Amino acid sequence: MKFSALLLSSAFALSAFAAPVAAKDWKTATITLEGAYAPWNMTNADGTLGGFEPELAKVLCERAKIECKLVASDWDGMIPALNAGKFDVIMDALSITEDRKKVIGFTIPYAATPAAFATAKDSPLANAAGTGATIKMTPGQTGVKEVDALKEAFKGKTIGIQAATVYAKFVYDNFGDIAEIREYKTGADRDLDLQNGRIDLGFDDAVYFANAFQSANDTLAFTGPEIVGSIWGEGEGLGIRQADTDLRDKFNEAIKSALADGTVKNLSMKWFKVDVSPQN
Amino acid sequence: MATLELIGFGSTGWGALLLLATLITLAVTASALAIGAVLGATISAAKLSGKASLVALGNVYTTVFRGVPELLIIYLIYFGGSSAVTSIGKAMGYEGFLGLPSFLAGALAVGIISGAYQAEVFRGAYLAISKGELEAASAIGMHRGVRFRRIIIPQVLRLAIPGLGNVWQLSLKDSALISVTGLAELMRTSQVAAGSTRQYFLFFIVGGILYLILTSLSDRVFNGAERRANRSMPTAAMGKA
Amino acid sequence: MDFAFLAQTMTTLLKAVPMTLALFSLSVFFGGLLALLIVWMRVGGNPVLSAIAKGYIFVFRGSPLLIQMFLVFYGLGQFGFIRYSFLWPFLREPFVCAVLSLALCTAGYSAEIFRGGIRAVSPREIEAARSIGMSGALLVRRILAPIAFRHALPAYSTEIVLMMKSTALASLVTVWEVTGVAQRLISQTYRTMEVFLCAAIIYLVLNFIILQAMSLLEYSLSRHRRAIPPALKA
Repeated sequence: MKFSALLLSSAFALSAFAAPVAAKDWKTATITLEGAYAPWNMTNADGTLGGFEPELAKVLCERAKIECKLVASDWDGMIPALNAGKFDVIMDALSITEDRKKVIGFTIPYAATPAAFATAKDSPLANAAGTGATIKMTPGQTGVKEVDALKEAFKGKTIGIQAATVYAKFVYDNFGDIAEIREYKTGADRDLDLQNGRIDLGFDDAVYFANAFQSANDTLAFTGPEIVGSIWGEGEGLGIRQADTDLRDKFNEAIKSALADGTVKNLSMKWFKVDVSPQN
Repeated sequence: MATLELIGFGSTGWGALLLLATLITLAVTASALAIGAVLGATISAAKLSGKASLVALGNVYTTVFRGVPELLIIYLIYFGGSSAVTSIGKAMGYEGFLGLPSFLAGALAVGIISGAYQAEVFRGAYLAISKGELEAASAIGMHRGVRFRRIIIPQVLRLAIPGLGNVWQLSLKDSALISVTGLAELMRTSQVAAGSTRQYFLFFIVGGILYLILTSLSDRVFNGAERRANRSMPTAAMGKA
Repeated sequence: MDFAFLAQTMTTLLKAVPMTLALFSLSVFFGGLLALLIVWMRVGGNPVLSAIAKGYIFVFRGSPLLIQMFLVFYGLGQFGFIRYSFLWPFLREPFVCAVLSLALCTAGYSAEIFRGGIRAVSPREIEAARSIGMSGALLVRRILAPIAFRHALPAYSTEIVLMMKSTALASLVTVWEVTGVAQRLISQTYRTMEVFLCAAIIYLVLNFIILQAMSLLEYSLSRHRRAIPPALKA
């Protein structure tokens, strides 16, 4: 056999083993969420998923021309599982933060919501300083007088947070040395303990709490100011592996169009009774 | 009654999901036991071989997987397993991601744990075989392989049934821990139902009852299997005039 | 191998060991006491008590510990009448709920193990004791308990190791023991393998210590079985 033919056929044979570096043609994708974070996402009695995010996902996938499969999984395992390849997208009120950007990639935000403390209506901690007000914070900001006032009020109390959230980090950073912190696998477990008086306070997404208050028979209420700003990052966006830039771009386009024509706003009003679209 | 509706099969009823979850629990436990049987047989063979290095290896395996909490092992395999499988895939030229689905991760984890216990069961069963039988087989010139197939295996299986019954019960209860991987087995489904409806007491009791049904049925099955396997063995009642 | 990270992880995890040990010792202690009560009901002779004991053992050995723990933690807290009772200051604490459910579970298994130990006591010894007029309590103290305990020890030491491993489940009801702290470290640093490997080593060391202690106990209780020193023979 001629040498060049041998070379060519070997190259051909070897190319079969070569890593396909070309962009993957995204026809299908698996999206994960908790199915336990109403009204963002929840699991209905028949096992189907409902809420703001499943409906938004349907819209986004149509526009990105991708066939999406939604699966429920545990919150605290999502980021490692995403990187390990179990799913392709995380859509679970995932805040875009610098810490997370080190491990995964994000699309542009499709929502930006504040966070606040909640407590029992008849608790002595109800109506703590700043209740009803809104304050803006940046990452790592200290010396905010409203937060310092809360630190005084919450000394020695128990605060419940969902593990691995940006809210957990905030509570550990600011209240870790003066209060007892309890971590829960799901927001609902923490809410239950808050209702039962096992913990004095909870800290979480304000929109999530507003919905949870209804399920709690109105025994819970916000306390202290609502906190917005870049401390929660740019907002909530889809989590995607850093390498999948093409998938991210497809979803970015879809999110942009859904924001532009008010689809996000409509879904937001339907599920949250407020408009959570990010104000750029 | 609203309670009965919740666990029933209507539109608000979680009954169907709970039954499906029970089947998944059975499936994952059975898979785990199968994986464990292979591992257990290998490890007990290593321990019985007499070679110091193999015996040490076997002891390390049983010590580690009977000494570390099952929860940790499940976490390790679920979170660490996917990266391990992906690196193996990369080494073989596959550039994509190879995920380890919850079912497989759970079955593997509980399987590895049950393998440690099954190794002890098989080892005990082998040591309980009458030395006379093994000697007799060698004396008539039976090949090692034939002796293994016709004498050792049947006897080991017969003597291992009580121990395997225990390991099955253990694995059935360990399978509840697979819920942390998100697999929709019985524990997890009870949790999800409880959280959705805020009826924690009801759904955990129902889940508990379903597990009790599984364990008592398994008990009957293994007792029946034991009786059948020992049907031609002499009993204490024999020999009485 | 990032030794700095491993060292840091180990220090953080070791701080949670006292909690694990507290969970373990309290549940073994209370579980053991409860098991003695249950086994007394089981072998006592009273058919009603025996049936109750059998039922207890069936329920707690037949269902997973996790579901029992969730029942105590979430299930009991659901009821208003419990929340407003004198029990609430105790059941309010996750630690108490964890110890309670661990104790209830081990009581079921331990009762069966103790029952096996009691059955191993030769009826001849009991007959002999009664024939010389030993009363019930004295019989239990001098004959039944020592022999039963020695027979039950191997199986009970396995059960104790299982208890140590079961304390890991308390992390799922917000108790900050070793596994719970390990989980928090993972969610903060995303370094799964290293953190869990450190945690696994801690449990292996703890279990090793327990097994050695039990072996020592077994050894000291079986003095009469060991070879007679040559000087005492003949």
